[in-house]
Amino acid sequence: MPLQALDQILEGRRSQPNQLIEVLQDVQKSYGYIPREAIESVSKGLGVPLIEVYRVASFYKAFKLKPSGKHVLTMCAGTACHVRGSGLLLDHAVSQLGVKPGEVTPDGLFSIEHVNCLGACALGPIIAENGSYHHHVTPAKLRKLIETLRSQEVEDAHYDQAQQLPRTGTPAPAAP
Amino acid sequence: MTRLNSYRELEHLRQRLLEQRQTITTTVMVCGGTGCRTSNSQAVIDAVREELTSQGLDGSVRLCVTGCHGFCEQGPVVIIEPGNIFYCHVTPEDAFEIVYQTVMKGEVIERLLYEDPVSGERFKTEGEIPFYKAQERRILSRNRLVDPCSIEDYIAAGGYSALPIVLNGMTPQNIVNEIKASGLRGRGGGGFPTGRKWAECMETPGDEKYVICNADEGDPGAYMDRCVLEGNPHLVLEGMMVGARAVGASKGYIYVRNEYPLAVKNSRIAVEQARELGLLGNNILGTSFSFDVEIARGGGAFVCGESTALMASIEGKVGEPRPKDVHTVVDGLYHQPTTLNNVETWANVPAIILNGSSWFASEGTKGSKGTKILSLTGRVKNTGLVEVAMGTSIREVVFDIGGGSANGNKIRAVQTGGPSGGCLPLDKFDLAVDFDVLAEAGSMIGSGGMVVMDEETCMVDVAKYFLTFLQDESCGKCLPCRVGIDRMLEIITDITEGRGRMEQLDLLEELGDTISQTALCGLGRTAPNPVLSTLRYFRPEYEAHIKEKRCPAGVCKALITYRIDPDKCTGCGVCLRSCVHGAITGQKKEVHVIDTQLCQKCGVCRSECKFDAVQVV
Repeated sequence: MPLQALDQILEGRRSQPNQLIEVLQDVQKSYGYIPREAIESVSKGLGVPLIEVYRVASFYKAFKLKPSGKHVLTMCAGTACHVRGSGLLLDHAVSQLGVKPGEVTPDGLFSIEHVNCLGACALGPIIAENGSYHHHVTPAKLRKLIETLRSQEVEDAHYDQAQQLPRTGTPAPAAP
Repeated sequence: MTRLNSYRELEHLRQRLLEQRQTITTTVMVCGGTGCRTSNSQAVIDAVREELTSQGLDGSVRLCVTGCHGFCEQGPVVIIEPGNIFYCHVTPEDAFEIVYQTVMKGEVIERLLYEDPVSGERFKTEGEIPFYKAQERRILSRNRLVDPCSIEDYIAAGGYSALPIVLNGMTPQNIVNEIKASGLRGRGGGGFPTGRKWAECMETPGDEKYVICNADEGDPGAYMDRCVLEGNPHLVLEGMMVGARAVGASKGYIYVRNEYPLAVKNSRIAVEQARELGLLGNNILGTSFSFDVEIARGGGAFVCGESTALMASIEGKVGEPRPKDVHTVVDGLYHQPTTLNNVETWANVPAIILNGSSWFASEGTKGSKGTKILSLTGRVKNTGLVEVAMGTSIREVVFDIGGGSANGNKIRAVQTGGPSGGCLPLDKFDLAVDFDVLAEAGSMIGSGGMVVMDEETCMVDVAKYFLTFLQDESCGKCLPCRVGIDRMLEIITDITEGRGRMEQLDLLEELGDTISQTALCGLGRTAPNPVLSTLRYFRPEYEAHIKEKRCPAGVCKALITYRIDPDKCTGCGVCLRSCVHGAITGQKKEVHVIDTQLCQKCGVCRSECKFDAVQVV
């Protein structure tokens, strides 16, 4: 893991324990998750005990201790989405992808996140695919979304093979 | 931008901005709020900009990307001044026509106007549309006046006018008295009188006092704070400045959900701009008042909506609440006197200073003054953000503004107040939006979520939904909340899966009462409300689940089966191809059948079927 970004993140915040959450937010943004090495460096950098950094990183939903898939499907579980059937969407995503929320598919392409509210309640059910919002989602629309993403990946792989290019999406390493 | 060193310089800047804008003949306002962005308003913004440039209109026509207009269901929304012409469901392809016809010739494009679904009548302006007509949009209407990333827009629209008033002539005591007299109560959920909170903080001595804006909108189903902060961040900042002046704070924090990237971005830009102009920092407008604001991003924990947990989180710690024997106005952030209010509360403050407390109190009821922004969502036609005078009935909100049922189903309940609130049945719809009235009925205004439910919503499932949410979000510090919610969820799960027993209903009530009386924080104490209120108003539905093993709304999976109506099935085969479980069989053009053993009740076939042939029984 390149630690350059981490130095930048800690710049101007060293020995300031109250910056812990802000620092972890930036680590999460740079790396997509909070790697173990980062927890150790943040602990030293801010002067916060290792166990406290881990406690904070595991307490807040925003922080992930494992890498996500290439396509993150963030499923809104807000009340407005729920009464319009978001529960069915989650069940469907789980059965179509074969992974539970927080897990990554073995090919590293998909992961499911289940969040409390994406804040576009008027247009629910909402699903965000890598941050871009899809509104009024039905099980049928979700099925098509996943299929489209999958077939794009297959096409890209063929194209890359033909061009003899390295694959753009690197599968996530297996969880420790 | 040069720093402003006096009130006069601020006024000069305002005059200069207004003069500069006199050359602008037309303004095209495109909504850039989260709702409209979800409906692809960015493409509309780009297309309009390109069209204006290609027609050479950049100088005389102003394109203003604003915050949320509230009518999210109709997005993307475009408004054109003069004429106040309101276009909805605008696509990038409409940009040429909008610029060529409306901007250049002043002609209205009929097809883009809002059409009333019942009468078919089309309305030209916002004010004529039933959704807006019954509202009292004191805060939300200001979103349309400003580009949230432009402090000049805010100043030109009369912003930062309350600041000179409080710095020049009003003592902290005067400010507190004015807020007290207005009757403003906290919009975040608790409804505590804001003036009283400020007074206590003002009177408490401290080395460094703080003001905090709670923008950690954790209530699932409510998004008004996000839209105010995203759409008009300077309004919130100005409110905080007034508050800081009153209580004697020199430092402020906006604690905002990191899941709201636009709110984080816009509030950061606003703080930078205010610093550049010297409206934040040392010796603001040449006075002795110094105040600065920092943005703190939340980590996505519902419990951080509770004030002591939120403060722990700003300190970089785990967001656990602590007992409030000593109030946070005395012992708050870093053990200093701290005033915490939510976004909407702060946004109300500047207008109270400018127009006076009696103006503010002219709307509302005896105990609840002013207006309240509600997030009207769920199974209702017109979803979006609604701002109404306190005292407006739920019926007016759901039927007059919301337009009633979205799909012809019968509306039967509304859930207010999120996980701390409750469900109110149709016969309570004449109750007013009022802190005390809703609390008495077993619910609460909370932060203003209003989720409409119809006959396809199962009330037991709703109670289970909230318990699942609360169990997941309980910080685990106190036993009643940690274990109590677990047990309640176990019982409700039994009921929704057909294992329920009648005596469990009494146990649910007993557990709920115990948690209400013994949990550590406000969120824990109100956690049983969704269960208690549904038990109070929808007991027969619980009984149907227990005695008849039946879910009347057709939601609880263990108690329903999917079947295909032979009279409606055309044998098109769409459902068969869509079923990932291989549970559907049938020949082309013949009636298809679902194998109930294989069916996982995932709902795909039902949403795929164009003939409404898949039914839940």
